[in-house]
Amino acid sequence: MNWSWDFFFAYLTNGLMLRGAWTTIWLSVISMIIGLGLGVVAAMMKMYGSRALRWIAEFYIWLFRGTPILIQLVIIYTGLPQLGIRLTVIESAIIGLALNEGAYLAEVIRSGIMSVDKGQTDASRAVGMTWRQRMWLVILPQATRTIIPPLGNQFNGMLKTTSLASVISMEELMRSAQMLAQIEFRVLESYTVAAVWYLVLVSIWGLIQMRIEAHYEKPFGPAAAVSPEARRDLEKALEKAGPA
Amino acid sequence: MTQQDKQLVPGGKAADRMLGPPIVMIEKVCKSFGENHVLRDVSLTVRQGEVVVICGRSGSGKSTLLRCIDQLETIDGGTIRAAGHLMGFRERNGKRQPLRDAEIAVQQRDLGMVFQNFNLFPHISVIENITLAPVRILKRKRAEVREEARELLKRVGLPDKENAYPRQLSGGQQQRVAIARALAMKPKVMLFDEPTSALDPEMISEVLDVMTGLSEQGMTMIVVTHEMGFARAAADRVILMHDGGIVEEAAPEKFFGNPESEHTRLFLSKILHH
Ligand SMILES: Nc1ncnc2c1ncn2[C@@H]1O[C@H](COP(=O)(O)OP(=O)(O)O)[C@@H](O)[C@H]1O
Ligand SMILES: [Mg+2]
Repeated sequence: MNWSWDFFFAYLTNGLMLRGAWTTIWLSVISMIIGLGLGVVAAMMKMYGSRALRWIAEFYIWLFRGTPILIQLVIIYTGLPQLGIRLTVIESAIIGLALNEGAYLAEVIRSGIMSVDKGQTDASRAVGMTWRQRMWLVILPQATRTIIPPLGNQFNGMLKTTSLASVISMEELMRSAQMLAQIEFRVLESYTVAAVWYLVLVSIWGLIQMRIEAHYEKPFGPAAAVSPEARRDLEKALEKAGPA
Repeated sequence: MTQQDKQLVPGGKAADRMLGPPIVMIEKVCKSFGENHVLRDVSLTVRQGEVVVICGRSGSGKSTLLRCIDQLETIDGGTIRAAGHLMGFRERNGKRQPLRDAEIAVQQRDLGMVFQNFNLFPHISVIENITLAPVRILKRKRAEVREEARELLKRVGLPDKENAYPRQLSGGQQQRVAIARALAMKPKVMLFDEPTSALDPEMISEVLDVMTGLSEQGMTMIVVTHEMGFARAAADRVILMHDGGIVEEAAPEKFFGNPESEHTRLFLSKILHH
C-alpha cells in the first residue's frame, strides 16, 4: 500500500488547498447571488411578462438547462474571444455558473410564487398595494418559505459544480488538487483532500441551511406554538370556508 | 325605488343616525365570467354612515359585487363611484379610460375590505399586519402608525396580541385583526364579505360586536352576511340578491316582516328554519 497519511495531513492545510477552498466559497456565493437575481427576473418575465418577454425567458431557461455546464463554461471562456468578447477566467466562471444557476432557479422561484395563496393578492390589493409593492412586501417573502429548501439544495450543488470551472483554469479546490498532484505525484492524497474539503464545506452549509429554514418557518411552524384551541379552530375554519 | 325613497325608508337605523350624501353609487353594473353572467345591471346607492346588509343564496353574486366595488374584479359595464373615485376608470372629455394598476391601487386605499378567510399576512406579526400598508404605502411615520395600531387593537379587543403571528390566533381573533388592518388605512367605506362564515359559532359574536361598534361610530359599511341578528340590529337596509340582481331592498323591519319578493320569503324560510 502506498497511501501516506503524512501527505494527506500536510495537504489538508496546504496553502494551495486553502486558497482553493476559499475560492470555491466565494465563487459559489457570488454565482449563487447573481443566479438568484437572474432566476427572479426570468421567473417574473415568464409569469407576468409580455409575450416577447415570456419567450425570451423560456428560451433562456431552455438553453441553459438543455446544455452541459461544462460546454457553457468552455464556450464563454475559449469560444467567445472568437467573437471579440474576451473575459477573464474569473469573469467567465462567474457568468457561466450564474447563467446556469439562474435557469434552474427560475423554475424554483416560479413554483414558490405560485404556492402563495390567492387570498394574499386580494388582501394586499385591498389595502392599496401596487403590483410591485405586493410582490415585494407580501408575495415574495411568503414564496421565500417555499423556495428556501430547494434553494439550499441548489447551493449545495453549486459548491460542487464550481469544480467544473477548473477546466477553464479557475483556481478553486479541484484545480488546486490537480496542481498539487502534479508536484509530488501524490494523486490519491491530493484528490482525497479536495474531496474532504468539499465534504466540510457542504456540511457547514447544511448547518447554516437548517438555521435559515428554521428562521423562515418561525411564523408558520410549531415554533410559533399554536394553541390547541387555535389549531382546532383554524382547521374547522378552513374546512368550512372551502375554496375561497 | 328611487333615490328619494331610499332616504325615507321607515324604521331603518337611519332614523337614529345622521346619514350623509351618497358615497357609493353603483349604476347598472354588469359582470360575466365567460358565459356566466354573474351581475346583471346591478344598481345601488349607499349613503355616508349607512350600513347595508346583502344576503342571498350561494352563487347569487354577492362576493362578485363587493369585489367589483373594490376593483378586485374589473366590470364589464356600468359605473361604480365610491369614496369620490370613479372606480377603475378616469373620465376625460366624457370618455372613460381604464386606469393602470398603480392608479387603481390609489383608489383602493379609500376602501377597506374584510374577507371570509381573513387573509392576514402569515409571515409577519399582528402589529406588522396592521402597520404594513400605512408605513410602506402611505409612507407615514412608523412610530405614529404603531401607536394607532395599538389603539385599533384595543378597539377590536386584542390589546395583548400585537406580537403574535396570525397562526397563533383563533379565527375570531384573526378576523378582528383583519378589521383593524383595514381600518388602519382610514377607509371611507368598509366592505365585509361573509366575515363570520368561516368561524365557529362561539366566535361569531366577538366579530359582530366589533362591526356593530364600527357602525355606531358612523362607518359606512356594506356587509354580505347571513347573520340576520346583525342585520336587524345594525342595518339601515337589507338587500337580497338573486341570480346576479337585487330583488329586494328594504329596511330590516320590512325585509323580515313583510318582504315583497317571493325570493325573499323563500330565502328567509330557509335561513330561519336552519
Ligand atoms: N373568478 C371567477 N371565475 C369564474 N367564475 C367565478 C369567479 N368568481 C365567481 N364566479 C362565479 O360567479 C358566480 C357568483 O359567485 P359569487 O359572487 O362568489 O357568489 P356569492 O358570493 O353570492 O356566493 C358563481 O357562479 C361563481 O361560480
Ligand atoms: Mg361569496
